[in-house]
Amino acid sequence: MIFAKELGATLRACLADDPRVVLLGEDIADPYGGAFKVTRGLSTDFPDRVRTTPISEGAIAGVSAGLALAGYRPIAEIMFGDFLTLTFDQVVNHITKYEAMYAGQAHCPVILRAPSGGHRGYGPTHSQSLEKHFLGVPHLRVVAASLVHDPRRIFAELLQQTSPALYVEHKLLYPENLTLAENGRIGGLLASEHSSPGALPSVFLSAVPRERCTVTVLAYGYQAALAARVVERLALEDEIFAELVVPSQLAPMDWDPVERSVSATGSLVTVEEGTAGWSWGTEAAAVISRRLFQRLRRPVEIVASDSDIVPSSKLKESSMLVGADRIDAAVRVAAA
Amino acid sequence: MAVVQGVLDERLTGYARESRNERLYRRMRFIRRFEETLLSLFDQGELNGTTHACIGQEADAVAVMEHLRDGDHVFSNHRCHGHYLAQSGDAVGLLAEIMGKDAGVCRGLGGSQHICAPGFKSNGVQGGIVPAAAGIALANQLSGSDAISVVFIGDGTLGEGAVYETLNIAALWRLPLLVVCEDNAWAQSTPVSANLAGSMRHRFEAFGIPVREIDSTDVLELDDAAAEEIQELRRTGGPRVLLIHTYRLCHHSKNDDDRPAAEVEARWLVEPLVVHGKRLTDTERQAIDDSVEAAISDVVTTAKGLA
Repeated sequence: MIFAKELGATLRACLADDPRVVLLGEDIADPYGGAFKVTRGLSTDFPDRVRTTPISEGAIAGVSAGLALAGYRPIAEIMFGDFLTLTFDQVVNHITKYEAMYAGQAHCPVILRAPSGGHRGYGPTHSQSLEKHFLGVPHLRVVAASLVHDPRRIFAELLQQTSPALYVEHKLLYPENLTLAENGRIGGLLASEHSSPGALPSVFLSAVPRERCTVTVLAYGYQAALAARVVERLALEDEIFAELVVPSQLAPMDWDPVERSVSATGSLVTVEEGTAGWSWGTEAAAVISRRLFQRLRRPVEIVASDSDIVPSSKLKESSMLVGADRIDAAVRVAAA
Repeated sequence: MAVVQGVLDERLTGYARESRNERLYRRMRFIRRFEETLLSLFDQGELNGTTHACIGQEADAVAVMEHLRDGDHVFSNHRCHGHYLAQSGDAVGLLAEIMGKDAGVCRGLGGSQHICAPGFKSNGVQGGIVPAAAGIALANQLSGSDAISVVFIGDGTLGEGAVYETLNIAALWRLPLLVVCEDNAWAQSTPVSANLAGSMRHRFEAFGIPVREIDSTDVLELDDAAAEEIQELRRTGGPRVLLIHTYRLCHHSKNDDDRPAAEVEARWLVEPLVVHGKRLTDTERQAIDDSVEAAISDVVTTAKGLA
């Protein structure tokens, strides 16, 4: 089943299993069912708890905050991740503050879902990956959808927590099939999972066992799907062996799986679609350089999109955004 | 009224045996003296950070809280002491909090503007508390409760977009939300005339929300208005607005008052304790003042002694 439907089924199960779950968002009700159709069918079956809102992202986040403070489990869709900027006051000064500044006397477990990312020609304000601006906000969990993580498990875990979360969904994942590990494999790659206590799982993917890999690639979301193809192709065509680490949780980051992999490979490439600088990759470089300074053969290679707007023109967009070619080039350099 | 944080001092919250007039006067006097005491503790260097006193606006808090019950929720703002004290009576917990002590109502983490107790929360960022209060109202509506959610804002808050996003949603969904807008004429140092175009009332009415507008510092008038609005909110659903034109007699936070002295002086003649105090005899008033004074002094001693 394609990811959009898997996610819709996940949200349906959340609504069915937990009467505290409420979905809010712009145009999420039937028959439209959301800009990306993730919530299609849900408002028909749960009319009170699946609510289309006015175009008011700040209030969507704020009303969600109140619901959560009152014991409900709001899951709000921000139609385009670009519009997360309009929720920033709620996220930074309200939602993530309450539990801590009230000394644990209140909880505000809001989940914001945000269809994000480019490669669809939507232009400067409908194509961004803005999650980097939310990384490092104290008490906020930032989680990225990918094809190797079952959204059912992710949402089950998030609904167990009292902390708020931002769940970013790259738009290009929606029409793709979820590819979960079966018998230790995903497609042509070996697959295994690592879960540190209290953290969401990371998935390892490689053509050969880790000991034979000479580089670790750290990627999430849609970029992880691109990176998996690069890893597979480099192994087949050039006998360059890389281990791909795909975390589901970006912040707080569980560095343990990354550390394990880089300890064996001695080299790290990070991949993200967000713009370059002050990013997930630069944080990874800082942390891994510090922890594994003696084990690294070379500086951490950071692959990110240009520090620029995302152009509308398909041609210009693909040259500005990270694509498989940039990942390929970086992995070749870092594997040496 | 929710009762929190241990034993309440009836010298501050009122006695069952005393008249309504005495009780309301006592509760306002409590807030006034708490705030004045805080300001002097600041002057003595006992407190750090800042505080926003509600001196002159005590009647609003006291009147509204008279009509709330267990299960109702109050969201307040940076100027939250009066609201919190009227709702909970918890002077020791609040003072300890402002003193940064572990025994404070939020263990000293929140301080003056960030208070949480059963049925009460405050946050110091303008506007963003309004959708949160609406979310609490939505929770009440979803769970079939007749509890209401009250949010206190000021004239200055009307500059924030989150307010209007929320009014729209609250009206569309008929949320049991009471917005109490305390127009104290000044947003920090900026007068309403330089801050607000058009009419406050029309801003709410544009969303089809009923507005009860009252220009008064008389606790009895405010009490009647609050009673009717809250009763109506419970009966018919919401939202509703109680728009109170009042006046802040003190500075915005500390030592930041450039308002015309004559304007402030004139308002001291019609402040809530003067207006309502006339309904008591000198003896009655003095007895309450003395008992509040002794209780506040005990609060300070107790809070200072806490860890």
